[in-house]
Amino acid sequence: MQALEPGIVFWILAVVILVSGFLVVTLRNMFHCALCLILCLFAVAGIYVLLEAEFLAAAQVLIYVGAVAILIVFTVMLTTDLASESLIQHNENATIAFVVCALFAIGVPYLITKTGVWMPAKGELISDNVGSIGKYLMTDFMLPFEVVSVLLLAALIGAIVLARKERS
Amino acid sequence: MFYYLALAAALFAIGLFGVLTRRNVIGILMSLELMFNAACINFVAFNKYVATDALVGQMFAIFIVVVAAAEAVVGLAIVLLIYRNWRGIGMDNVNVMKW
Repeated sequence: MQALEPGIVFWILAVVILVSGFLVVTLRNMFHCALCLILCLFAVAGIYVLLEAEFLAAAQVLIYVGAVAILIVFTVMLTTDLASESLIQHNENATIAFVVCALFAIGVPYLITKTGVWMPAKGELISDNVGSIGKYLMTDFMLPFEVVSVLLLAALIGAIVLARKERS
Repeated sequence: MFYYLALAAALFAIGLFGVLTRRNVIGILMSLELMFNAACINFVAFNKYVATDALVGQMFAIFIVVVAAAEAVVGLAIVLLIYRNWRGIGMDNVNVMKW
């Protein structure tokens, strides 16, 4: 039987995620923002491990931390004036946006406690995580798997075409 | 399970705040990544606690990660293009499609 109260590890990870996420959206130096994003993504990978999704945690570290975050860091460095502290990074909507997001962050958990229709499952999660995901990719999720490969190819070609310098 | 859903909601709200208030495109893209991660946490939490007979939630989360990577690649290419054309990537001067 699964304990309803999460352990101390969850609370540590949750604090890391929320603090670093808040720093991502508030810091002025975009380079520091990217570093905080990396920390936040690492902590989310830890949450996946807690939820017994080991393959997803590994994929999160490889794809997000290894690829996407590095890409963002490169872009920050290529666009030079971003890293300066003096730039005002927020627009005039900050107050009203803060109110809306605070309402969202309080309202959604309130509604979740009010709902209570999700019956906890009887069985345990499948223990052979990586093997099952491999089987799913080759059987039930064959079509999305192939479509996603085409999508990645399209993104690759699109990025090259967009970022290429025009020959005049 | 409530704690995971509440954490995901808070992370989504932080990302939403970033998308609404950031002035430059890279900040908006980073906030988008936060929102993607919040959705992923929800999928995996439901997979663990509600629908344990299959790993469908984790499969969805994997596809979300892949699509987010593709989105980041194209988005950052567009950022470089904007920077090259306008010498800056503030969202305020990218209004040529406004009419």
